[in-house]
Amino acid sequence: MLLEVKDIHISYGDIQAICGVSFCLERGELVSIIGANGAGKTSILNSVMGIFPPQKGAIYFKGQDITTMPVHQRARIGIRIVPERSRVFPRLTVYENLMTGVYGLKNKLPIDERVSWLYEVFPILKERHNQIGSTLSGGEQQQLSIARALISDPELLLVDEVSMGLMPKLVEQVFGVLEQLNRGHGLTILLVEQNAFASLNISARGYVLETGTCVLHGDAKELMDNPRVKEVYLGH
Amino acid sequence: MSSYVITIGTIIVIQAIAVCGLNVIVGYAGQISLGHAAFFGIGAYSAAILTTKAGFSFWTALPLVIGMSGFIGLLLGLPSIRVREDFLAITTIGINFIVEAVFRYVQFFGGALGIGGIPRIVLFGIKLKGITFFLLCLGFLIVVLFICWWFTRSWASLACYAIREEETAASTMGISPVRFKLLAFVIGTAMAGLGGSLYAHYMQFISAGDFSFPVSVAFLSMLVLGGMGTLWGPVVGTLILGVLPEVFRPLVDYRIFFYTLLLLLMIRFQPGGILGEGSVVRRILAPILKGGRA
Repeated sequence: MLLEVKDIHISYGDIQAICGVSFCLERGELVSIIGANGAGKTSILNSVMGIFPPQKGAIYFKGQDITTMPVHQRARIGIRIVPERSRVFPRLTVYENLMTGVYGLKNKLPIDERVSWLYEVFPILKERHNQIGSTLSGGEQQQLSIARALISDPELLLVDEVSMGLMPKLVEQVFGVLEQLNRGHGLTILLVEQNAFASLNISARGYVLETGTCVLHGDAKELMDNPRVKEVYLGH
Repeated sequence: MSSYVITIGTIIVIQAIAVCGLNVIVGYAGQISLGHAAFFGIGAYSAAILTTKAGFSFWTALPLVIGMSGFIGLLLGLPSIRVREDFLAITTIGINFIVEAVFRYVQFFGGALGIGGIPRIVLFGIKLKGITFFLLCLGFLIVVLFICWWFTRSWASLACYAIREEETAASTMGISPVRFKLLAFVIGTAMAGLGGSLYAHYMQFISAGDFSFPVSVAFLSMLVLGGMGTLWGPVVGTLILGVLPEVFRPLVDYRIFFYTLLLLLMIRFQPGGILGEGSVVRRILAPILKGGRA
């Protein structure tokens, strides 16, 4: 098992965001966590990344307890995140943004090969190579954010609301890339999304989150057929 | 060159060394520091004590002075791990007041009388003063600028920029904010220590008032005016704020007025500083000034 999250509890002051959520990811899986706004999806990703560690419960990565491990160390052992609203470094160029992703891995990775591959996957980034982050459109920033997370060749990619603010065509393209990374390259992905249809459509399994608790989980196709999921998240 | 011009030039160069150090902390790593004069003072007092009380020469004391300033910078940089922005600014102001009080009230540091009799620097048997001292300081400034230039092209610089722009995003890339904030504090305060050491040997007498909070504000003004996060900004800012009071000397009663007006105009029209991002000067000199990133 690559990632195991056991009974985590997260609260912000008096507000309980996550209450006893558990889930796991096998290597090579693409798993979605879906839920409405405020359900606690981002809190879960942030706790796996270490940005807001859980107050209770435990997180294991490759069998190692990482519950209290600092964020940068989690990044170095192979966990990377594509955050909500991209968070590219606005005054660094596209190339420099990518280079921040390989910090400390300079001698371990064929960086030029990785950059070439990413420029193939996201051709617009090649065109914008020397352009600073703040001048990119929302969609381009999102692609840069994904590329920056991928350049280090991570073992686990956490993706937070990647469709937010993107036009439908671009959403389709980004989900296509994620599916290809999972199927073609065996990358393990934990996807957190409001766009339940798009995310479950490319996932093997899914978890449905409501007000900080997991109310449903199972095979993605079965979840898509579930009457409750259909009614609340798929609009059928 | 008259001795008056050389004196003004020497002070400007010494201050530029300290402001370059502040640029590493504030400009490159994005950590607010309003207590930089404390480290300038730590360098000056370390040099003064080592040369007047422990029998060291300037040259043998210099590595210790730089090391000590950097080490104390490391310790005092620790708050930057816990506190940010406004709170860090207040913490660094506090550090300045505490260091100044230690110099003023602890007899070992000369108390209110300060430390006098600091020897001149001797190089190849020649006591440096006037133009020779100015050239020595200029040499040190070139070394400091070279270190800054090297820093802006290193991976450490990229990491510092990332932390400055988005600390959480930087840490998700595997960059340790603690490590690079402290690195910036160590490099920046070590440079301030070097400047302080040169100041002590130039003035030959130092007292706590030379390193008070207004001096920190002056250093920060020089940096803001020149352009934070640029290679040449600290030099340009120090030069302008060093020369202007002398230029306006005939208008001595209105000197502060012009000084303040200049700063207000800068804040209004060129908030990034003279060489900062999007500045008029930077656009004109873009092909020549390849130094800073921002």
